[in-house]
Amino acid sequence: MRKQAHLADLAPGHSATINAIEATAGLRHRLEAMGLSQGKQVLMLRRGWWSGPLHVRVGMTELMLRRRDAACVGLEPQPALP
Amino acid sequence: MTTIAVLGMPNTGKSTLFNQLTGSHAHIGNWPGITVDLMQASLELQGQSAQLVDLPGIYDLRGHSEDEAVVRRFLEATPLDLVVLVLNASQLDRQLRLAIQVQRLGLPALVLLNMADEARRFGVSIDLGALSRELEMPVLLVSAKHRRGLGEARHAMVKLLAAGCEQGNGERSGDRGDQKPLAQLENCLELGDAGLQAQISHLLGLAVTLPPQWRDRLSRRLDGVLLHPLFGLPLFFLVMALMFQAIYAVGVPLQEGLGSLLDAFGKGVIAPLIGGLPVFLQGFLLEGLYQGIGTVSAFLPVIFLFFLAMGVVEDSGYLSRAAYLMDAFMERLGLDGRSFVLSLMGFGCNVPAILGTRVMRDRGLRLLSMLIIPFSLCSARLNVFLFMASVFFAPRVGALVIFGLYVISFAAAILTALIFKGRFNSSEPLVLELPPYRFPTLRQMFSRAWLEVRHFWFWARRFIIFGVIAVWLLNNLPFGVEPASAESFSGLMGRALMPILGPIGINPKLAVALVFGFIAKEIVLGGLAVIYSQADPIALGNAIAADVTWVQAISFMLFTLLYTPCLSTVAVIRSESKSAKFTTFSVLWSLLLAWGTSFAFVQGARLMGWS
Repeated sequence: MRKQAHLADLAPGHSATINAIEATAGLRHRLEAMGLSQGKQVLMLRRGWWSGPLHVRVGMTELMLRRRDAACVGLEPQPALP
Repeated sequence: MTTIAVLGMPNTGKSTLFNQLTGSHAHIGNWPGITVDLMQASLELQGQSAQLVDLPGIYDLRGHSEDEAVVRRFLEATPLDLVVLVLNASQLDRQLRLAIQVQRLGLPALVLLNMADEARRFGVSIDLGALSRELEMPVLLVSAKHRRGLGEARHAMVKLLAAGCEQGNGERSGDRGDQKPLAQLENCLELGDAGLQAQISHLLGLAVTLPPQWRDRLSRRLDGVLLHPLFGLPLFFLVMALMFQAIYAVGVPLQEGLGSLLDAFGKGVIAPLIGGLPVFLQGFLLEGLYQGIGTVSAFLPVIFLFFLAMGVVEDSGYLSRAAYLMDAFMERLGLDGRSFVLSLMGFGCNVPAILGTRVMRDRGLRLLSMLIIPFSLCSARLNVFLFMASVFFAPRVGALVIFGLYVISFAAAILTALIFKGRFNSSEPLVLELPPYRFPTLRQMFSRAWLEVRHFWFWARRFIIFGVIAVWLLNNLPFGVEPASAESFSGLMGRALMPILGPIGINPKLAVALVFGFIAKEIVLGGLAVIYSQADPIALGNAIAADVTWVQAISFMLFTLLYTPCLSTVAVIRSESKSAKFTTFSVLWSLLLAWGTSFAFVQGARLMGWS
């Protein structure tokens, strides 16, 4: 059994599918309004230095979010590379 | 009266559309049931007049921010004839959410898919017919920026209003078809939450084709440079510095020319015209009213240029990038990237910046942001500094002094946040859109800057007029005293303040200017012109230079920079924080910091033997 992967851990240039949003109602509504919802593909564009925010793309929208908030976004485990 | 509301997410060009539709004759209106002001304007639709209301941009009718609550309260309290829903055509994959919520509420609506040009560029294609059938609302493609599709939009609005009227008359005769306000809005929306995602996917599948690959290579490349972990921030500050340089290089000569022109007009035209009036009245009109207002209006070109430049930076999408770049630093101050952007907006005017904190939900974060924004060196204070710097220093040194004041403005904000972050804790999430880079059209840039200057002037001039009249009266009363002498009211007031202001090098005349600066910084310069009874900027400069040393002048500038910006800012802090205690605290802290800084400077200068 592998540990649940989070958006906060995704490496730049990689994408993954969202499988769960584990946030309070307020944050969940905002994330969903920004396009981060279950089943969507999310691409990590860059990670800010000094524990700065993340720059991601989901659907047709680019957004920034803090690592703390990105930890609420669960990702489907990546298939292991052969 | 027919009422139409414009609803949409942030970054959809909603306000541009509002201005294009109404010809920017908007004014601020009060609405029952909500505590904030909304922009509204009247709109002529084939001879029928309607009022169009611009609602704050929101992400979600179910959202928890103050703006979202305002929109909900508005929809609950106001009977609407039509909702114009503005969506970003290239982001329908998430923005359809609002359309489905509006449909669920059963509001009569027209959907405008804005930024049609951008959607085409990114390769998004939309089947308007299918979307319209599913949403049961007319759907149109428009581009507010390029003024395309607006005629069709007006036409659709007329048709929908006429249809609503007929339907209304059928049901309730004589009622003009006005809709009832919505009740149970939250419950109604909550019931729809479960199926919302499925509905969006269904609609997207039917009506929207997204490009297989992201096409905005320009934004991707620019971000590679502008968001660079090492060079991103220095580049941002360099761009800002160059922008300010350009504003002054163009604006200051304009301001000086206009000032001399106004002075010549006063001496050559107004003075002979009022020559027959009693001397006291003549002095009041010319030296009080005309000179005071003239000195301030000479700065309007600089302010116009400032708003022009800020508008371009904001519309281009670079400000959101600034939030990204600064967030890590701001987080350590207990703030976030948005607080930085708002402080930057505060360099134009603090009032809209404080209103902008409404996007924050967490009270601690909002209050801390409101505490630091007043330290942003606003354009009204800049008037005073540009003037003083040109009087006391050679151009090169003067530019350094102005730059130093900007540094101190930042330092005061950072210091304040560091001292008080523990008292205003917050854990607000930060999720912000980074829109594609855009360049506004020339028309858009100028009409926006013009609008801002007009607002600034309408709003500032009553303070200015009141201020210069009051200063002039204090200088010239009681009757028969030498104007502004120690026996006049202003002389008495200035001397009464000496125990406090003396140790920081402020003389009685400057003290009077500072007292009026408490009302608005726009008055300081007009007030000085009245106190020294010199209208021509050069003559006024000479009079002040003969009266105070450069150390006193810098102390005066430091105090002006740091103490409460103006009564309007205090009033907005009061109304937005809804706390008299916090407002008092904010005013007292800024006074204390101003006095402390000036004191340290003057005493330090004395020790160094400079004065």
